[in-house]
Amino acid sequence: MSAIPHPGRNKAAVPHKMSLGKRIRRDFQKHWTLYLLFLPVLAYFLIFKYAPMAGLAISFQNYKAAKGIQGSQWVGFMHFRNFFNDPYLPRLLRNTVTIALSTLIFSFPMPILLALLINELRSKALSRTVQTISYIPHFISTVVVCGIIRGLVDRTGGVTMLLHALFGMPVTNMLYEPSYFVPIYIVSDIWSNIGWNSIVYLSALTAIDQELYEAARVDGANKWHQIIHVTIPCLVPTIIIMFILKVGKVFDVGYEKVMLLYTPLTYETADVINTYVYRRGFGGGAGETVNLSYSTAVGFFNSVVCFMLVYFTNKLTQKMGGNSLW
Amino acid sequence: MSQSAEKRPRAIRIPLGERIFYHVDAVLLIFLCVLILIPLIHVLAGSFSDGMSYMGHSGLLFWPLNPTLDAYRAVIRNQNIWTGYVNTLFIVVVGTLLNMLFTLVAAYVLSRKNYMLKRIFTILVVFSMYFSGGMIPFFLVVKGVGLYKSTWALIIPSLVNVFNLIIMRTAMTGVPDSLEESAQLDGAGHLTILFTIITPLILPSVAVVGLYYAVSHWNSWFNAMLFIKERRKYPLQLVLREILILSDTDEDYTMSETIKFATIVVATVPILTVYPFIQKYFVKGVMVGAVKG
Repeated sequence: MSAIPHPGRNKAAVPHKMSLGKRIRRDFQKHWTLYLLFLPVLAYFLIFKYAPMAGLAISFQNYKAAKGIQGSQWVGFMHFRNFFNDPYLPRLLRNTVTIALSTLIFSFPMPILLALLINELRSKALSRTVQTISYIPHFISTVVVCGIIRGLVDRTGGVTMLLHALFGMPVTNMLYEPSYFVPIYIVSDIWSNIGWNSIVYLSALTAIDQELYEAARVDGANKWHQIIHVTIPCLVPTIIIMFILKVGKVFDVGYEKVMLLYTPLTYETADVINTYVYRRGFGGGAGETVNLSYSTAVGFFNSVVCFMLVYFTNKLTQKMGGNSLW
Repeated sequence: MSQSAEKRPRAIRIPLGERIFYHVDAVLLIFLCVLILIPLIHVLAGSFSDGMSYMGHSGLLFWPLNPTLDAYRAVIRNQNIWTGYVNTLFIVVVGTLLNMLFTLVAAYVLSRKNYMLKRIFTILVVFSMYFSGGMIPFFLVVKGVGLYKSTWALIIPSLVNVFNLIIMRTAMTGVPDSLEESAQLDGAGHLTILFTIITPLILPSVAVVGLYYAVSHWNSWFNAMLFIKERRKYPLQLVLREILILSDTDEDYTMSETIKFATIVVATVPILTVYPFIQKYFVKGVMVGAVKG
């Protein structure tokens, strides 16, 4: 290895002998066009990603729009204390965790299952058809999906009638019943994403070395053994990556759909941290005062929790199997 | 040829249990497809149904009741849907072009080597994927830079999606260095290298990321609800929200449900007709994203 002349080595060795100031000047002289090119992108990130992070400062203030951040009064951790004493806090945490965990438990494994089933199909044509049909819902916008749901679960809706006929469930508008909210949310989530999210697993499945199956068959493994001992272990790295990505998302995203589906009648099971942030920031909740600083504090809490969850999931999976995002 | 000759005798030896498994598998998946399609068939059938008949009906529809085009006539009369369409088209086209310009440039810079700020830029970009200021500070910043009530509020604040940026950067890292080095020797600048050498080589990834951006513009409604206050500037999804979620129409009450169905069809069919053609690119893109992981 060391005998091969390395083109980058000489170049890299020289700057280390120079002082930092000189190195910076050298670097800038050489790459200033590159930095110029990045300037608009940098400006975008600073303004629309980092300025809002700095704006989290208003959660320590009594922010008044007329006075701005500099003129508003600082109140320390008051809003955070108020949030921890908020009568809605238990409800918000319970709903956020329930919806997030239900998504992880019920929605997350479905695409894996679908990919395994598609992978075992013998007919190419059927496999293609199943894939095409199962991807369709992904292309239907959230607003339209929620519009369809509303129609299907109202008093005379198809799902309401079906459940009544099959299980004798009462004929009501299911969106007005707190106990149905999470099931509606999860089932429609599966409908929207099962096909689309299966793609990544399908591509992982096609990458499995066929010789592994040959070897297993020689050892007398039947179909079931092959799935358990070859297919699934080969899928695990993909599953772990998708899981980490999902953990960060489930506690945060989804509130768009909640906002389109919930009503004050179902706040009991549907109101999550982000929807509460919206109502306390922009109004719309009966008897809830609009308070930008308070709303920001609640959002801040949520951001920190989400960040820690991704961080620790990543750490945990690193420890377990060495698969991680970073 | 020899392959199929090899396969045939083995096919006969498939044990009974395995054969049953294959059949059960196929039946399960066909059943799943039916389940996925039922709501869509219901919407389609409802959109061609007579308003009065639909009101007297309960349960799923598989065929229109007293078929009529009344609901579609009402949708066509609704000016808001068409202005919504025009606004969304503008946002999708202009927004996606700007998205691509910024994402390509950012990915290009982040995929270069040997410059001092590379690590800092990368950390800056990736960190913003995992931590955000949240809804209210974001709103205040957008308002502060003067984009409130402007269509540009739906384009500029979402110029770069970090996930898409990573897909693009990964693709660019795969381009052999020798190509750019020889171009550099010929005196080509960064922009020339980016747009005439690298971009043509990673066209599949460019197409995929472009489609991701386009679809996210098409679907987005939340930022529009925050920032757009004038009716004539509403994107399609916000108009749909009024009709489908807030049940806000000027039309005859008896037709309210069938109009919703027709609106859904009018708002969804265009993207579904394009879908079979772009599907393979999308699929490729998901794989590109997965490779990164």
